[in-house]
Amino acid sequence: MKNKNIKFVQGNEACVEGALYAGLDFFAGYPITPSTEIAELLSYRLPQKGGKFIQMEDEIASMCTIIGASLTGSKVMTATSGPGFSLMQEALGYAIMAEIPCVIVNVQRGGPSTGIPTHVSQGDVNQARWGTHGDHAIVTITASNHQDVFETTVDAFNISETYRTPVILLYDEVVGHMRERLLMPEQGELPLVERLRTSVREGVDYHPYLPREDGRLPMSDFGGVHRYNVTGLFHDMWGFPSDNPKIVHGLLRHLVDKIQNNVNQIARFKEYFLEDAECILISYGSSARSANHVVASRRPRGERLGLLELQTLWPFPYDLVREKCANAKYVVVVEMNMGQIMQEVRKAVDRPEKVFLANRIDGVFITPTNIRDILRLIQGKGV
Amino acid sequence: MAIKDFLRERFFPHIWCPGCGHGIVLNSLLRAIEKLGMSKNEIVVVSGIGCSSRISGYVDFHTLHTIHGRALAFATGVKMSLPELNVIVPMGDGDALSIGGNHFIHAARRNIDLTAIVMNNRIYGMTGGQYSPLSGYGTLATTAPYTNIDYAFDTVELAAAAGASFVARSTTYHVQQLTKILRQAILHEGFSVVEVLSQCPTYFGIQNRAGSAVDMMEYFKNNTIPIGSKAKKENPDLIERGVFVEKEMPEYCSEYDKIIERAMKGRT
Amino acid sequence: MAKPKLKAHVINREWCKGCGICVHFCPKNVLELDDADKVFAARRSDCICCKMCELRCPDLAIEIETEQDD
Repeated sequence: MKNKNIKFVQGNEACVEGALYAGLDFFAGYPITPSTEIAELLSYRLPQKGGKFIQMEDEIASMCTIIGASLTGSKVMTATSGPGFSLMQEALGYAIMAEIPCVIVNVQRGGPSTGIPTHVSQGDVNQARWGTHGDHAIVTITASNHQDVFETTVDAFNISETYRTPVILLYDEVVGHMRERLLMPEQGELPLVERLRTSVREGVDYHPYLPREDGRLPMSDFGGVHRYNVTGLFHDMWGFPSDNPKIVHGLLRHLVDKIQNNVNQIARFKEYFLEDAECILISYGSSARSANHVVASRRPRGERLGLLELQTLWPFPYDLVREKCANAKYVVVVEMNMGQIMQEVRKAVDRPEKVFLANRIDGVFITPTNIRDILRLIQGKGV
Repeated sequence: MAIKDFLRERFFPHIWCPGCGHGIVLNSLLRAIEKLGMSKNEIVVVSGIGCSSRISGYVDFHTLHTIHGRALAFATGVKMSLPELNVIVPMGDGDALSIGGNHFIHAARRNIDLTAIVMNNRIYGMTGGQYSPLSGYGTLATTAPYTNIDYAFDTVELAAAAGASFVARSTTYHVQQLTKILRQAILHEGFSVVEVLSQCPTYFGIQNRAGSAVDMMEYFKNNTIPIGSKAKKENPDLIERGVFVEKEMPEYCSEYDKIIERAMKGRT
Repeated sequence: MAKPKLKAHVINREWCKGCGICVHFCPKNVLELDDADKVFAARRSDCICCKMCELRCPDLAIEIETEQDD
């Protein structure tokens, strides 16, 4: 019996399905390996449901264009990889400052610079956090398998609308390009957050940047009854430029606090066998697949290994990591970069000297054997 | 003045210097909009960064003050997602044609229904008077203290070559022509480019000994001529004013609507 | 077409920056800048209501109010 809800797809396609499920209306992008399939699929699927797709002249334009579209009320997304993500940083900062919901997918490849377009890395973690200039907060989410890619994509749109912030989906080339089973949920199965629009009537003063008591900022679509200003300059609650120290301080605090104060609500993770684990692996993205295999294969042999799979990378869940790793003797971060998440884990745990790095940085996917060898070295057992 | 209804009066007097041409562009633009009789809620003004781009803060429409050079990209998103909106994009010369050059030629190529107004004062005013790609050979600027060796774009030819379906030029002296051209540009369904020769008496004027705002407007009066004027044969340095290109071409958003129609049919 | 009859030169002294554009380009030399560098109608009766000052003002600081004859 054929279940029409099951597809065998690339991770990029799982992301597309998640975005369409979440109500994506508008996509602007530029081809770049290994994300191009997202643009190709959406160029085909979006107009089928009345949505709009445009291939812009570069990644800078793509990021700017989706911000413009979001202001008219559309749910928007763009997709790229490292070099394109670098180009998008300025406009990304604009979306943060002007508090405009949008989703940016970065399917990571080997970097820096042109790097290795068709090979995997997880090198953009810190760039996702600090790529754009100035103090700011950002939400960055990743996934290790296609079911999670689908769900984190839906989640990204929800978080974006809830907090009026850009959300970065930081996938990688392995997850993006490999094929795997995806079970598509029915409409209504996963909760969707719709844009919060103001209930202020026409003719009454509307403040685009005045949070409600619950912290949410109601929006008003361009073309609607409220005319206001949107700018990347520091601004007052009406959106007009201001360099008043009180306003600047207040706005910057608000932009950061609205994310940082909600770490627990935004944190997504999965845990395996942490309760009695002597050695905890912390991993994310496709690396977590190998880390998971190590734990699953060593456990039956009596090794007390556990895995904490992070899905939310930023804001980094320091308290969660400290709590989960409190009783572990070793914490080994498994990633395909030079220790970008390891640095954060070191900051989180009680004793930083118990944190180690099991990594691979040559463009080849990190295998369970790679991880096992490093674990043995850490434990002083040799290879 | 009826056009005062289109102003955010609480921000006046505006920040532009005494005699700044951009104020005249604002004046002419609002008169053009008044003649069109549109509702304020139908209009979106998208600008970049620079003295020119401050214009968006002063008008009572939906206003989007973006980042340097990228106004047309933001505007493309606004227009394409809600094509019923009337999207006007005032930019400076550097904003539109230096950092924004790539977006300029592609928006023209797409023929998307936006009205690009290049407020050309041949200088980067906001940052204190550096040269722009429209300053021209031999001019002085804070970053061209030995005189500029860059030649300037011809905005009209660039826009036309890139595919814009409405291209026009006027000056801050020729306000009646400017209002008429802006009205035509906004009405035109397709990518419209209006270059306005504007004066920066403070930075371009002082560094290039061009005199006061009045002197600079006298310069526009005496050194520009209507398109096709015979005077151009005697003095090729004269600059033509008027509508250079006005043609009917498929507009981008309408074309995409046809794609949606086809895509939706293909499903059943 | 009826010739517009001047009612008033409405000048916003707060907005006027004394740039002199309206003064210089007035075809009838009606306008002048006062000691505070604000425009005023020195020769009011010479005004032909062409409104070029109003159209060319960068600060939207001058308006020619007219009474239309039928």
